[in-house]
Amino acid sequence: MNWASWSDFFAMGGYGFYVWGSYLVSLLCMAGEIALVFNQKRTLLRQLSLIHKATQQEQNNETTP
Amino acid sequence: MAINWFKYSSPASFYSLAGKMIPLFSITAFALFVVGLYIGFFVAPTDFQQSEAYRIIFIHVPAAWMSMFLYLVMASWAAIGLAFNTRLSSMIATAIAPTGAMFTFLALWTGALWGKPMWGAWWVWDARLTSELILLFLYIGFMALQAAIDDPRRADKAGAVIALVGVVNIPIIYFSVKWWNTLHQGATVSLTQSPKMATTMLTSMFIMALACWMYSFAVVLIRTRTIILERERHTMWVSELQGTA
Repeated sequence: MNWASWSDFFAMGGYGFYVWGSYLVSLLCMAGEIALVFNQKRTLLRQLSLIHKATQQEQNNETTP
Repeated sequence: MAINWFKYSSPASFYSLAGKMIPLFSITAFALFVVGLYIGFFVAPTDFQQSEAYRIIFIHVPAAWMSMFLYLVMASWAAIGLAFNTRLSSMIATAIAPTGAMFTFLALWTGALWGKPMWGAWWVWDARLTSELILLFLYIGFMALQAAIDDPRRADKAGAVIALVGVVNIPIIYFSVKWWNTLHQGATVSLTQSPKMATTMLTSMFIMALACWMYSFAVVLIRTRTIILERERHTMWVSELQGTA
């Protein structure tokens, strides 16, 4: 085991800012990308379902006399 | 057993296949990240020269590898799309670009945070760093060009040309530490020499690289599915999907 205590772990031998700065930003980038990707998907699905409903409505209007 | 590989070049069948693969890749990526970070922070010993600062390597090297691999994969799919006029190949190329750009940014960012304590500078204009920055601009250029063209098929072709021209940058990045005098250290892992690191350090680095691959597969597949739906929205199979959903 490399670390005597948690504060030792967070200090990273005095390089805590650089090490945690790297990993934190990496985590934020990946989490951000995942959020973006799902957001894109949700927006598109909402648009498609609106178009789908509108076209069905139209078809119904045309068939009813 | 004969598998009809061409079946999955149809966006409709690829869409359902990708849907089944995404959970698999996501779970594997998560598990590998946990294991890789555990080995990297708790098993791998302290470096005798760089103390704990070297632990940035476990994200820096995988991110830098991914930035180059993803570019090659993106350019290959773009080239296949350009040569054979296959829609799906171009869609995959488009889906890879943002993830590649993200990893390129991470390689530069973690490199800056590693450079500051070790070299005394966040950034230097040397060959390795500059060519990696050009890679970021290539990804951004590819995305911007595709976003600027309304017709998706024309955007695919224009993007493919820029992606293929940019491929020349990849060997420049890779060999930059050999060709020029640079602050950046040489390759840590090479095919011709035995590794210069402790085994546990190497293990962690490879597991993290694998985790980044799995992450990329998952994210790129989700993005490809969205692009497929968007471009194929006028087709029968998408409206059938809508009817059931």
